[in-house]
Amino acid sequence: MLGILSLLQEHGAAADVQKAASSLANNNWGFDQNDIYRLIAVPLLPLVGYIIQLFFGKKLPRQGDWLLISFMAAGLGIAVYEFAKCLGAWSPDFQVQSRNMGLSWAWFGSTPGAPGFIAGVLYDNLSAAMLVVVTLVSTLVHLFSSGYMHGDRRYNIFFANISLFSFAMLGLVLSDNLVFFFIFWELMGLCSYLLIGHFYHKDSARKASLKAFMTTRIGDVCLLIGLCILWSKFGTLQFTELYKQVELLVAQNHEWPGWLTAAGILVFLGSVGKSAQFPLHVWLPDAMEGPTPVSAMIHAATMVAAGVYLVGRSFPFLTPDARIVVSIVGSFTGIFAATIGICANDIKKVLAYSTISQLGFMIAGIGVGGVGAGLFHMITHACFKACLFLGSGSVIHAVHTQDMREMGGLRRKLPITYLTMLVSTLAISGVPLFAGFYSKDAILAHALARAQTEHIWYYYLPIIFLATASCITAFYMFRLVHMTFHGQPVVQDKYDHAHESGWAMSVPLIILGSLAIFCGYHFHGLIPNPVNTEGWFLELWRDHRPFEAALGGHELEHREHYEHLVHGDAHGNAMILSLCAAGLGIGLSFVFYYFKILKAASFAKALGPIYTAVVNKYYFDELYNKTAIAGSHLVAKVFSIFDRYVIDGIVNFVGGAMRAVSMGSAAFDRTVVDGLVNFAGFGTQAAGSVTRMLQTGRIQQYLTFSVFALVVVAALLILR
Amino acid sequence: MFACGIVCTIARRNVIYVLMGIELILNAANLNLVAFSRFNGNLDGQMFAIFSIILAAAEAAVALAIVLNVFGLFDSIRPDDPDLLKE
Repeated sequence: MLGILSLLQEHGAAADVQKAASSLANNNWGFDQNDIYRLIAVPLLPLVGYIIQLFFGKKLPRQGDWLLISFMAAGLGIAVYEFAKCLGAWSPDFQVQSRNMGLSWAWFGSTPGAPGFIAGVLYDNLSAAMLVVVTLVSTLVHLFSSGYMHGDRRYNIFFANISLFSFAMLGLVLSDNLVFFFIFWELMGLCSYLLIGHFYHKDSARKASLKAFMTTRIGDVCLLIGLCILWSKFGTLQFTELYKQVELLVAQNHEWPGWLTAAGILVFLGSVGKSAQFPLHVWLPDAMEGPTPVSAMIHAATMVAAGVYLVGRSFPFLTPDARIVVSIVGSFTGIFAATIGICANDIKKVLAYSTISQLGFMIAGIGVGGVGAGLFHMITHACFKACLFLGSGSVIHAVHTQDMREMGGLRRKLPITYLTMLVSTLAISGVPLFAGFYSKDAILAHALARAQTEHIWYYYLPIIFLATASCITAFYMFRLVHMTFHGQPVVQDKYDHAHESGWAMSVPLIILGSLAIFCGYHFHGLIPNPVNTEGWFLELWRDHRPFEAALGGHELEHREHYEHLVHGDAHGNAMILSLCAAGLGIGLSFVFYYFKILKAASFAKALGPIYTAVVNKYYFDELYNKTAIAGSHLVAKVFSIFDRYVIDGIVNFVGGAMRAVSMGSAAFDRTVVDGLVNFAGFGTQAAGSVTRMLQTGRIQQYLTFSVFALVVVAALLILR
Repeated sequence: MFACGIVCTIARRNVIYVLMGIELILNAANLNLVAFSRFNGNLDGQMFAIFSIILAAAEAAVALAIVLNVFGLFDSIRPDDPDLLKE
């Protein structure tokens, strides 16, 4: 390993010729090889934890949870340290690649002198922020699980699995090329399968984990095809290289090639699967069968964010056509899932639909051009959604039910949980001074600016959908808070037995709750500035300009108009819009659920069939069951029949033929060969019996023969 | 005479007659010797014939002894019966 590294240090220097021209490459922002080693240690720590836990987990005291928590905390420490260094630079150009320090790993296609596929680490603002977010959420979830999963039969395996998952996500965030990205992507799908199916004695959990895996698999296949197209056309899958190549391609041809649109959409379909966008959203609500810490980690903060991360990283090679697809799918998902969330009664299902909806927000934000906004929302969402999920876990732990219709008035019994969940709900609703406001506001601003720039009817869809979805989000999230914490307890028995959770579960809630407030603030030094509505992340992320400047003329005007609007009018208008939406949503929720002025039930009856459709999630599961699953079963049946009759028929026929041939051979053997042998024997016997007649033991016969011989000899002598 | 002796030896069913046949053969040889002695004009043949007669007598005695022993073993005077050496 070290030999390869040192070899590549020389190659790294030689191959850097093309990068030497770019000033970015030579400036390592004060990072050196040790930093890269530290960064690599961040995903490797949970991996080591996983391996140790697999083999020795049961024998360690407390089944090893402290070990894994401390490993993740160490990873968090390193991530924060490196992030601090990154923030010290405070530049959108911040980018550290391990190749520039000669630390890359040559994989397939390498010969001495011509390294083939090289992998390495990419560390820029996004990776830095994501690293901190993922390690933080992971550490807190580990800590939370030590309380929540206490007494579980497979406690040690659970910890091992979430550590493995952390390894995969961290590796994904740090990889500088799409191949490693894809490897970790798939690994996360596996971990999701393992974790959702943790309670494998439950049939519903088993089905749900398989459903999650299969649905994301469909997306993964599309992603792989997209990667193949990119590889074949560009010859590289490294992010920075790809961006350069796309820029060159666009500058040469002055247009966006159709196959690039196809590749972009295929890559996006991978995100659709992983981030549960319409139409591959069906697995996420069912994935709530997994334990709540799993939901917090995987389906709120990290794995589903990987899809958004992919869209963000792939933005430079998304053509305008691909981008409009992305934004429409994202925004439609936002509103689609929000409408289902209104009617859900299971606390975790509400949060699941909320996640789908918010992911739609992020993806739509990236699609309309606000890459920084979408990614920023991903970071803030991780904080408050994880807090919400962990809070719901705390609630479930207290009242032993997931149905909100059985809860009520819990704020007196679970004060910490109540406060943190309230804070997070305010954040997700986009209330000013809370983290979600800054990021959501940015997305809406970008969407509005795009609509005002393009003037084609379908560019108006994202902003309409997103604004409506914000309103609905505020409504159903506050509905959750009202039904769970406010009002009077519905089931007195459960209310009486409820108690606040231990420190292991409350501390993560407090940390995440406070982050839900402070995450979005702009910082000057260490002093948060809540009034500056430009999120800090947006400053740090230079939207990889999708090279419209290279196309010149008309598109360039577009671009400038768009930028102008984003920072000017559209920003103000969007802020007003988002405030109105949030206010309307929160107000309506109070009307329905707190003051109970209007009855939700009568509304439901009035809407009749629409309500039934929404409650049944628009029958998508049933649709997929009838079509895709039934189709797969049919195909499997066809192949099975083919296998049983044709293949087996051939095999049996060949067997029969062999038997016939062998029977013939046996007959031949029996008659001819044995006949020959027998005949030889018979011949010998016959000869013997003939010759036996010479030896009779009778003297006179011997004498006869000798006389006869004498006569012959005499005759010969005489006749000579 | 020689041919008669051969036939007698081969074709008789009584060992005594076989011995007789042998005597005939020997005597035929003696006769031949004397005849050739007279033909060649010297007495070599006659000397040889005397030796031959003595031998014939001794041989007859021995032959009879053998026959007697064989008879003691097989209780038969037919030369075909002692056929222990067959095949």
